[in-house]
Amino acid sequence: MSDVTELIHQYLRHNKKFPHVFCPGCGHGIVLGSLIRSVHELALSKDEVVLVAGIGCSGRIAVYVDFNTVHTTHGRALTFATGIKMANPDLKVIALMGDGDAFSIGGNHLIHAARRNIGVTALVLNNSIYGMTGGQSSATTPKGAVSQTAPFGHLEKSFDLVKLASAAGANGVSRGTVFHVNMLDRLIAEAVSRPGFNLVEIMSPCFTQYGRKNKFKSAVDMFKWLKTETSPLESWEQLPPEEKAKRLPIGTFLAGQEPGLEVLYGNLRDDLAAKEQPR
Amino acid sequence: MARLDALTGNECAAQAARLCRVDTVVGYPITPQSSVVESIAAMVANGKMSSKFITPESEHSVMSILKGAGMMGERVFTATSGQGLAYMYEPYFSMSTARIPMVMALATREMISPVTVWSGMQDAHSVRDAGWIHLYAADNQEILDSIIQGYLIAEHPDVIIPVHVCYDGFYLSHQTAEVVVPDQEAVDAFLPPCALTQMLDVNDPAMVDSNTPGDLMMEYREDHLASMRRALDVVAEVDAAFAAGFGRSHAGLLETYRVDDAEEIVVTIGAMSGTAKDAVDAARAKGRSVGLIRVRCLRPFPAKALGALLAGRKAVGVVDRSVSFGWSAGIVYQETLAALGLAGIAVPTLSAIGGLGGADIREEHLARVLDLIHDCALAGRSRQDAVWMNHELLSAQRR
Ligand SMILES: Cc1ncc(C[n+]2csc(CCOP(=O)(O)OP(=O)(O)O)c2C)c(N)n1
Ligand code: SF4
Ligand SMILES: [Mg+2]
Repeated sequence: MSDVTELIHQYLRHNKKFPHVFCPGCGHGIVLGSLIRSVHELALSKDEVVLVAGIGCSGRIAVYVDFNTVHTTHGRALTFATGIKMANPDLKVIALMGDGDAFSIGGNHLIHAARRNIGVTALVLNNSIYGMTGGQSSATTPKGAVSQTAPFGHLEKSFDLVKLASAAGANGVSRGTVFHVNMLDRLIAEAVSRPGFNLVEIMSPCFTQYGRKNKFKSAVDMFKWLKTETSPLESWEQLPPEEKAKRLPIGTFLAGQEPGLEVLYGNLRDDLAAKEQPR
Repeated sequence: MARLDALTGNECAAQAARLCRVDTVVGYPITPQSSVVESIAAMVANGKMSSKFITPESEHSVMSILKGAGMMGERVFTATSGQGLAYMYEPYFSMSTARIPMVMALATREMISPVTVWSGMQDAHSVRDAGWIHLYAADNQEILDSIIQGYLIAEHPDVIIPVHVCYDGFYLSHQTAEVVVPDQEAVDAFLPPCALTQMLDVNDPAMVDSNTPGDLMMEYREDHLASMRRALDVVAEVDAAFAAGFGRSHAGLLETYRVDDAEEIVVTIGAMSGTAKDAVDAARAKGRSVGLIRVRCLRPFPAKALGALLAGRKAVGVVDRSVSFGWSAGIVYQETLAALGLAGIAVPTLSAIGGLGGADIREEHLARVLDLIHDCALAGRSRQDAVWMNHELLSAQRR
């Protein structure tokens, strides 16, 4: 345990920026740990990694971690990340966003980043709610769930982030949870290593703004839900249809190897430059 | 009977929307405004308010939905802050130029970068030329009353322009104060039911916002400006009518405090004005001849009235919670200079900037500003560069 803490401290601005803002039981801190372990595992130097965060409780991670980090505007992390990646394709650019960030106010950027296949890793911390602003419905709030803006239950349907990103053309798509931490470390490391646009949806409970209002007794209860109501994709696929509908599959859904837009663009520039060489 | 209550500024905005019987509220959360739309959500949920309540995915959608509902002739409302206002700028501009007379509450917030959620007026001041009427409240009661007044101003046949009611984020939005909440009958008697023309009507089909050639565009703008000019009278008249009906006034366009015999004037806006009055009292007690003018209406700008009030003074200072990039000065200061110029008044002036990003404006800051205004009067010269109130106070204390 002390090894883990030591490792994590290597990558944190813990002397300057702590205590952090996360509530007890918040999943976001676990994602922070997982992100650090994945980067360490890949033997990336701090300077090779750029963490571009949106605004929300999730976005606070950019404040704590000692990479090159940018705290952008709500919903726009992927656009800043696109600019950074195109400017220097050698960097590992990770865009870290909340569900509201990535799929509500910033949904447009997400589908286009996926379609363009820009070489950015999108980590979406999905707690089914706008955590930071006090628990209003987001685009992933399940139908029927109670929120600050839906006291009688949310009337709208929610996005399935995996299906949406896949349909929009992402190279890599996976879903993990903060309960399955080893798997999460692996999913993040794979997503960062793979070319093109990669999205990892991370189920990260918010007891404060979501769980309390939706029949969870405690944050622990929410983690138990992640344990009992999810199935690894391989076993989920064997389930009968009515069971499939009830359980959330986790794992890797897509693992394409198409080169990212920045590579295609670089190649085109090289080709054109070669043609223009004086004979 | 009106009832006395203890409400935050945001709750005042929500109560006002209820009392104005708005048809549709569209909301998107952002600090420090969120509790306006949350209070409305709660009132709609428990049957105290019969408005429709819509929660789309962004502020851009908020204002666009409001424009749709407004074109259908509805009375509509929302609230936002800082980045939310910035993100809705495109439909914000077209709401006013399409002449849809809604009211919006703004709990003011500093603009990024760097990231901040705290107070400041840069958000509101940066959109002062987007065609809306801008009222600035100085306390919670004024927030509630200005929104009620706002619909009467906006929907006035001589005006038909949306009204933005701005108030200091956190200082007013989150502070609880004693407020008189008028009863529904009194508000109904003051503000008639919404009778806006429906722009989109199947029986009289029309196209809204077609591509418009320059000559016609000029006509639209000229008309908008003429309505803005008439709004100056309407804002004052509506406040007077409100005073007659409810027994309290918010000073129409400009509030004055101890100005009659004052040689030196400090111009303020928003919640700092209360603290500034204390500073004025303290300076008066020391024998200084100083008074205060609070700008309540920033758009249309009451240049003539302000010029008249500033004639014959020995020095004028303006305190801003915003900056005008490119001028070493605040934004209300620029407006004040323009008013002085129009009135042909040559008087020493200074621009003081404070309270950005939630920095406090305390009485000692304002006392220091009054001292500096006095220095300008003695020297008979304007200060070229802005006074940064935080630095100025520190260096004065060191001396
Ligand atoms: C343009 C704009 N509108 C609104 C906000 C206010 N805001 C800050 S965080 C947030 C929601 C955060 O929710 P999510 O992205 O799901 O992150 P979480 O806090 O749940 O991790 C909102 C609406 C903002 N910062 N900018
Ligand atoms: S409000 Fe929710 S998302 Fe935000 S820190 Fe607390 S538990 Fe985490
Ligand atoms: Mg969220």
